[in-house]
Amino acid sequence: MSHSSETAQVMAASDIDRALTRIAHEIVEAQRGTEGLIILGIPRRGVPLAQRLGAKLGTIDPAFDPEHSLGALDITMYRDDLRTSGARTPEPTTLPAAGIDAATVVLVDDVLYSGRTIRAALDALADYGRPAVVRLAVLVDRGHRELPIRADHVGKNIPTARHERVTVRIAQIDGISPEAEEVVINR
Amino acid sequence: MKHLLATEGLKYHDALAILDTAEEMAAVTSREVKKLPTLRGRTVVNLFYEDSTRTRVSFEAAAKRLSADVVNFSAKGSSVSKGESLKDTVQTLDAMGADAIVIRHSAAGAAAQLAASDWSEAAVINAGDGTHEHPTQALLDALTLRRDWAAAHGSASPRGTDLSGMRVLIVGDILHSRVARSNVWLLRTLGAEVHFAAPATLLPLGVEHWPVTVHYNLDEALVAAPDAVMMLRVQAERMGGAFFPTAAEYSRRWGLTDERLTVVQQLRLGETEAPALILHPGPMNRGVEISAAAADSAQTRITEQVTNGVAVRMAVLHLLLTGDPR
Repeated sequence: MSHSSETAQVMAASDIDRALTRIAHEIVEAQRGTEGLIILGIPRRGVPLAQRLGAKLGTIDPAFDPEHSLGALDITMYRDDLRTSGARTPEPTTLPAAGIDAATVVLVDDVLYSGRTIRAALDALADYGRPAVVRLAVLVDRGHRELPIRADHVGKNIPTARHERVTVRIAQIDGISPEAEEVVINR
Repeated sequence: MKHLLATEGLKYHDALAILDTAEEMAAVTSREVKKLPTLRGRTVVNLFYEDSTRTRVSFEAAAKRLSADVVNFSAKGSSVSKGESLKDTVQTLDAMGADAIVIRHSAAGAAAQLAASDWSEAAVINAGDGTHEHPTQALLDALTLRRDWAAAHGSASPRGTDLSGMRVLIVGDILHSRVARSNVWLLRTLGAEVHFAAPATLLPLGVEHWPVTVHYNLDEALVAAPDAVMMLRVQAERMGGAFFPTAAEYSRRWGLTDERLTVVQQLRLGETEAPALILHPGPMNRGVEISAAAADSAQTRITEQVTNGVAVRMAVLHLLLTGDPR
């Protein structure tokens, strides 16, 4: 860490939970319900976030069945920086048994930045089937897009500089207590 | 990791990374589009100085599923039969833009020499060098064993698990087997216990210094309750020589016969209720080292080994050819 680095919390655990609740309501409103809805988290932190969204959708609309409507979509093999970034071990991809054809797929990730992850996710999705609609929900949008991609549902817009780092800490991934979850900026 | 030359010295976390990646690669084969764009625009050369249809086809399928271009180079009918050296062949292939060279050679150390040389910038994968090593075969065996071992022990997924506590019995021609050598090192790294059962004529010199338990009687070895029995292929060219007199005698003493199959059927995976496993690297000599009933038993994982071979080779190609090795 350099001497000039400082860390600022931009979302606490309660903020993350409220943002996910709001996104769940937005999804139901946009879809006019939850029929044909599939929520796919992008590993790693998108996966627990998708599970939480699924649980919230189940409380809003009892017709929503998280067991058959949740999954994970790994994008490792579709990245465009495979030659230059370190070799990565892919994470599991799990899709609902009924597949994604003609479904409304909501991709879930923690931070939207360059948009390259989402580009890779759209390519990966096309290899599994043909959804009717694909939407994007992110916990944080920090700007600096490099591709024409935008999120449909955003937990919080956080203006950042390119040299800053946004870190999302989630209980299931980072081994912290649920109360200690947070989003921080390292300047 | 820049090359995959041997399982001896392969680090625990690298081995797990290959196996975990292979699990995801295996999932690709069950989906609608059985292809990944990962190695688009890269070239994989299969450089085979020894005949091998299975391994070459497996590497070819793996490379193609990752969208790589594949060039097959076999020594027969090539410039090699006109006397071209390994160096000149490799430099020719390098000039064509090979990103990975999968090499099988009758000389132990051929892959290592290629990797150590400045003949090519390509990643080198050892697909069998003499009687030395055949690392991807051991990795696919480990992937096969791990899946059953993890499932029997109640793991939802084999990812991140190893073979701690597993006992694997390798039977047959250890002396000439690179598969056995690669398996010893990898299985030990993953925490398994390795047993050999073989006639003294087919054990390598100095085997007492290997980290294995040696049995000179297959029935006694089976009493030691292995969790998996790996039958090695009897190479026809060894028969009738000094190694053993006849195929019938070999089969009676060292084969997985119908009688021994009834013993193996009683074996379990560790303390669980799941049955023990039978593996064979193929191609099988039915009726010699393995009876037809044993080959077709519900305990055998021989077709799974073939399927897992493609997944493991996809994983190795992915891990060696992505990322910046320098």
